[in-house]
Amino acid sequence: MADFEVPELTGEIIIPKVSPGASRHIQQFKAKPELMEELKFSAEKGSDWKEKFLLAMEDILKKYKSVRVFLDICVRCGSCADKCHYFIATGDPRNMPVYRQELMRSVYRKYFTPAGKLIGGLASAKELDDDLLDEWFTYFYQCSECRRCSVFCPYGIDTAEITMAAREIMARIGVASKYNYEIVNKAMTLGNNLGMIPVALESTWEFVEEEIEEKLEEVGITGVGVKLPVDVEGADVLLVTPSADFFAEPHIYSLEGYAKVFHQAGISWTLSTHASEGGNFGMFIGNYDHMRTINKRIWDAARDLKVKKVVAGECGHAWRAMYSFSNTLNGPFDFLKEKSPQHICELTLDLIKKGALKLDKSANDEFTVTFHDSCNVARATTIGGTPGDQFTIPREIINACCNKYVEMDPETCGEKTFCCGGGGGVLTDEVIEIRVKGAMPRMQMYSKIKESHGANFFALICAICKAQFTKVFPYYGYEMAEVGGVHQLISNALVMGAKEEV
Amino acid sequence: MATMEFEGQDYEVDEEGYLMDWSVWKEGMAGVMAKQDGLELGEEHWDVIKFLREYFEKYQIAPMIKILTKELKKKYGKEKGSTKYLYELYPGGPAKQACRYAGLPKPTGCV
Repeated sequence: MADFEVPELTGEIIIPKVSPGASRHIQQFKAKPELMEELKFSAEKGSDWKEKFLLAMEDILKKYKSVRVFLDICVRCGSCADKCHYFIATGDPRNMPVYRQELMRSVYRKYFTPAGKLIGGLASAKELDDDLLDEWFTYFYQCSECRRCSVFCPYGIDTAEITMAAREIMARIGVASKYNYEIVNKAMTLGNNLGMIPVALESTWEFVEEEIEEKLEEVGITGVGVKLPVDVEGADVLLVTPSADFFAEPHIYSLEGYAKVFHQAGISWTLSTHASEGGNFGMFIGNYDHMRTINKRIWDAARDLKVKKVVAGECGHAWRAMYSFSNTLNGPFDFLKEKSPQHICELTLDLIKKGALKLDKSANDEFTVTFHDSCNVARATTIGGTPGDQFTIPREIINACCNKYVEMDPETCGEKTFCCGGGGGVLTDEVIEIRVKGAMPRMQMYSKIKESHGANFFALICAICKAQFTKVFPYYGYEMAEVGGVHQLISNALVMGAKEEV
Repeated sequence: MATMEFEGQDYEVDEEGYLMDWSVWKEGMAGVMAKQDGLELGEEHWDVIKFLREYFEKYQIAPMIKILTKELKKKYGKEKGSTKYLYELYPGGPAKQACRYAGLPKPTGCV
């Protein structure tokens, strides 16, 4: 199946010996000049690229003080060195967060610090050249911006921010990843990452309605009439979810779950053909202008449809963009009744607690479920507004709709969760080797509870995690059907039809 | 730009062999691409390819997998109307591999 060695599952995470250059050959495709131009970056790397590069870096250092601080304060203690899933899986020292950042720090020292300018190599400063740039392109796209290393950094250096800055600097000289920048372009022009036009969205949503109906009919329930309302002015809730929920499996099953929850709770809601994407790859490429433009669609749709609140579907970085960045990018949702967006998991759990949803746990009895914390939810946000509830809320939901739940090793859960291996713009097929290997630490922990407890359902609240794990599970000999969404479990267990009073 | 030769003519393709312009696609190309992957196209493969192209003409994107499986189910019954069966037909992924044979761009995003 693979032309590289798939790690063996032993149930253990072992820190490997250092193997320089082990993942140097894994590189994303580069974006075409026309695309870069369309996105207002340099079309391609010209002969004056070094000057442009340093100007871009100077600008970033000025604009984002945090980046400069992070470059200055690292004492190379090495706490982060063995925390990155890509390092654990490849042994390539450039995937030690500190040494990946060194790619930027060495240039920073050379051109932006007195010591580096004066004594160069002695101050670990490095001349910018083609080789170094190529290393930047390789390894800054072998960081999934998951920020696990930051949890262990005594100074709290945000590695993802360094990676984002590096990608932005490279983009300004026309060196960028095709995958990421194509998606940004599609979100900017068509409104969603997949590039679905309104008629495609509407037809898909209609199809999902039929699917829900048919599945209910199969178990003898008729005439429930679960709808996926589109562009309904005056609805209470605008649901914004990743467009993957309209395309891929198992994503689609969670979409069915959201619709059933709204229906059963009697909440008036709508999807929007304008704000048809929760995800925001502007974040992954560290470009705040594009991030703002993409985010603004949600804003505009909420205003135009006169909804009372915005609810976010299962997507890690979308939630981070809405929860942490939206306010700064486009101002507060002060025209809404509820000023902050709400996570679908918070909404669902509230309804469960109020008794508004009747759940038949036995519907999920074939599953022994575990929950994988997604990085952007785990380390960048909360879900209900109190610290730590981003960990408890999804688990409470699962326990409300499933009888069998098992936790993976706590050292790899919560804020210490491992990335799926495909986050932060790494979810593209040409780098499948790093994706499969990067998933290894998480796979080890899953294999362990599979062995000990028979775990067979890997529950998620992130579109990237879902796509990544369905892709890599078969490499490890597991069925892709074991991967699913939290609202997929809700969808299975939710008793439809006659409602009890709320 | 990479090209693919078909019946004496060169066609532009991307790094992974997807046609750059879906409208220049010729039926015979699917067979050539499949052969390179060691696949032989049977009737079910062709049903998928034809359906993909029809859908794309209308919606400018490939359908979600579920819509594809439902189409197969209509024609061949429950067993073949499944994601599992689609992956048997197209081991590289129904959306990705079948889209390439059908001359359509690769669906990308969080998928």
